Amino acid sequence: MTGFLRRGRVALLAYALLVPAALVVFGVVLYPAGRALVISFFDVDSPFPGAYPFVGLKNYADILTGARFWTAAQHTLYFTLASTTLEVVLGLGLAHLLAAPIRLRWLFRGIVILPWALPTIVNGAMWRWILNAEYGALNALLTQLHVQGDYRSWLGSDPFVALNMVVVADVWKNTSLVAFFLLAGLQTIPGDLLEAARIDGAGPVRAFLRVTLPMLRPTLAAVLVLRIIEAFKVFDIIYVMTGGGPAGGTQTVTFLTYLQAFSAERFSYGAALAYVTVVAILLLALIYLRLLRQQELSVS
Amino acid sequence: MSANGMGGVSRRGLLAGGIGAAALAAAGCDVGGGGADSGGAGTGEGKITALFMQQAGYSEDDIRGMTADFAKAYPKITVEPTFVAYEALHDKIVAAAPAGTYDVVLIDVIWPAEFGSKKIVTDVTAQFPAAWKTDMLGGALTTAEYQNKFYGVPWILDTKYLFHNTEMLGKAGVDAASLSTWDGVLAAATKIKNAGLVKYPLIWSWKQAEALICDYTQLLGAFGGKFLSDDFQSTAFATGGGLDALKWMKKTLDDGLTNPNSMESLEEDVRKTFSEGGAAMALNWTYMFNAANDPAQSKVAGKVDVLPTPAGSAGAPGVNGSMALCVTGGSKNQKAAWTYISYLTGADVQNKYAKSSLPCWAKSYDDPAVLSVAPKMVPAAKKELANLISRPEVPRYNEISQILQAEVQNALLGRKTPEKALADAADQAKSLLS
Repeated sequence: MTGFLRRGRVALLAYALLVPAALVVFGVVLYPAGRALVISFFDVDSPFPGAYPFVGLKNYADILTGARFWTAAQHTLYFTLASTTLEVVLGLGLAHLLAAPIRLRWLFRGIVILPWALPTIVNGAMWRWILNAEYGALNALLTQLHVQGDYRSWLGSDPFVALNMVVVADVWKNTSLVAFFLLAGLQTIPGDLLEAARIDGAGPVRAFLRVTLPMLRPTLAAVLVLRIIEAFKVFDIIYVMTGGGPAGGTQTVTFLTYLQAFSAERFSYGAALAYVTVVAILLLALIYLRLLRQQELSVS
Repeated sequence: MSANGMGGVSRRGLLAGGIGAAALAAAGCDVGGGGADSGGAGTGEGKITALFMQQAGYSEDDIRGMTADFAKAYPKITVEPTFVAYEALHDKIVAAAPAGTYDVVLIDVIWPAEFGSKKIVTDVTAQFPAAWKTDMLGGALTTAEYQNKFYGVPWILDTKYLFHNTEMLGKAGVDAASLSTWDGVLAAATKIKNAGLVKYPLIWSWKQAEALICDYTQLLGAFGGKFLSDDFQSTAFATGGGLDALKWMKKTLDDGLTNPNSMESLEEDVRKTFSEGGAAMALNWTYMFNAANDPAQSKVAGKVDVLPTPAGSAGAPGVNGSMALCVTGGSKNQKAAWTYISYLTGADVQNKYAKSSLPCWAKSYDDPAVLSVAPKMVPAAKKELANLISRPEVPRYNEISQILQAEVQNALLGRKTPEKALADAADQAKSLLS
């Protein structure tokens, strides 16, 4: 009986301690999410409360049949694939460098994390200046190295070039995060495994492919999914660097969502667009959770 | 934590319950934004907040100066100004509307239809003194007018003028008088380019933004085009002057007269390039005259002159780029907000800061004090302000503009012919007009 009472009290205390967090989650995540879902079935065209016509799934149908969404989806997909691939490949190399037993390793590790510590807005503004067509540092560098004859426009001449430049800015910022995830993974690989491989006659490439990579797989999978989810939601760097241009060539789904919701005041259409993104991200998150669970199982 | 660690409530159960509760809570309210309580007149005293933009027109320092003077004249009202980039102004007004964050907002001439019909800003027709309607210049007066109602008080009266580098013109042997037509501008640009004075004589604000539509509008007007049909039910830019304007823009790029970097430039970029001596001629707002003649921020100071916009085949209208101050619908202190607006828009304050932005009042243009601070701007302004062309005054203007921006860029980048680009824009804009 006393044991039961104590358990009950502990549970009560647990709930009491959870209340603040629950309120925050409910207030800033679940409630707005639920409200946005409701709004997406109406035709809300003003920021004020009031009675708006119920339109059911019309907003979703409009999105899926509209050309603008699919163009934006293509840009998002390209951005996601290009940036995550580059980040993982470069991050893997960087992680190896940071794991190497060199002098002042702590300093290098500190420096490498800096880009990630920059707010995205600052990073975007910085790259906009670097890429400036009239006085950008990249143009100065390439011209002085005689790689190109004259200054050129990176963000205004060709939509595809501009999209790739946004990828570059994103990769510069996020590679360090990926590298640190992978560095943590690398450090869990026992040294004797690699030593054993070396004694068995495996070269560095073979040891990497046969030992490091398989052991790194869970970390790699987790960081890949996390980065894909983040890249999928890309907004602020686009807003700062290109504003969706030129010729709409860097407009992603979340940028279109913002334009529709706030610039065009089509709040319902924007909410529906946001939910299309949510569904895509939810699927990715499920994969992530499954991977985590596999990891937990393999550890225990 | 295991899945059943919390007294038998599963993780999935909690999540589903949470979302269900959220949806229920949401369904119980009105749809749309929060903040059901609307604004009010207030006591006419106390604190008010105001939202301004950071570039063109009056500078941040100007506005802080005016506000400090206002505080002296009206000690019972405190004003807290906020400044954002023009590109963020519209969306900030919308996002802040339900909470009533700002009492006073600066709005662009293209927004009264949208903001007025949605009650984001208040109808001030009743407070608008009859004398203002005759004392203000015609181009200014209509800034915040929509369907015969006034939604604000005109404050920044602006249009795009042609600025030129007198030194480059002189060296190339170009007479500034020949810049009164766009043909003359092209001939001058060719001469300047051939003389090797600058690689690209022309720079424009053709980034995918509203700035592009301002330039396009001015050219559309010069070539006799129209944005919409007379009944506002269909678009009219895809043929006639609208098409000619776009073809003309594209040709200046093809001929190497326009800097291709125009495609990523806003007005500030135009100002910087021009001030660095990187262009011979450019369209821009009034503020560029002082900025480009200021040795602290310009290498061509003292060599910059201004003219009214050149004429095309159908005339020389300037794009109406005016802005107005409005009392927001969500303001709890609308009386004090109106007092502040009346003060800022008054002729005395506007005359004092004429250097940054020319006054909206007709009699100011004969005021010796105004003439003395802007001796070169005033004659150009007097001529151009008498003939302004507006962008479409429709509630869904922003969407139409976004479509047009992308399609005009498609043509300028050579991804579509001008005909196809404008036809595509017209096709997409069709449903937004009905």
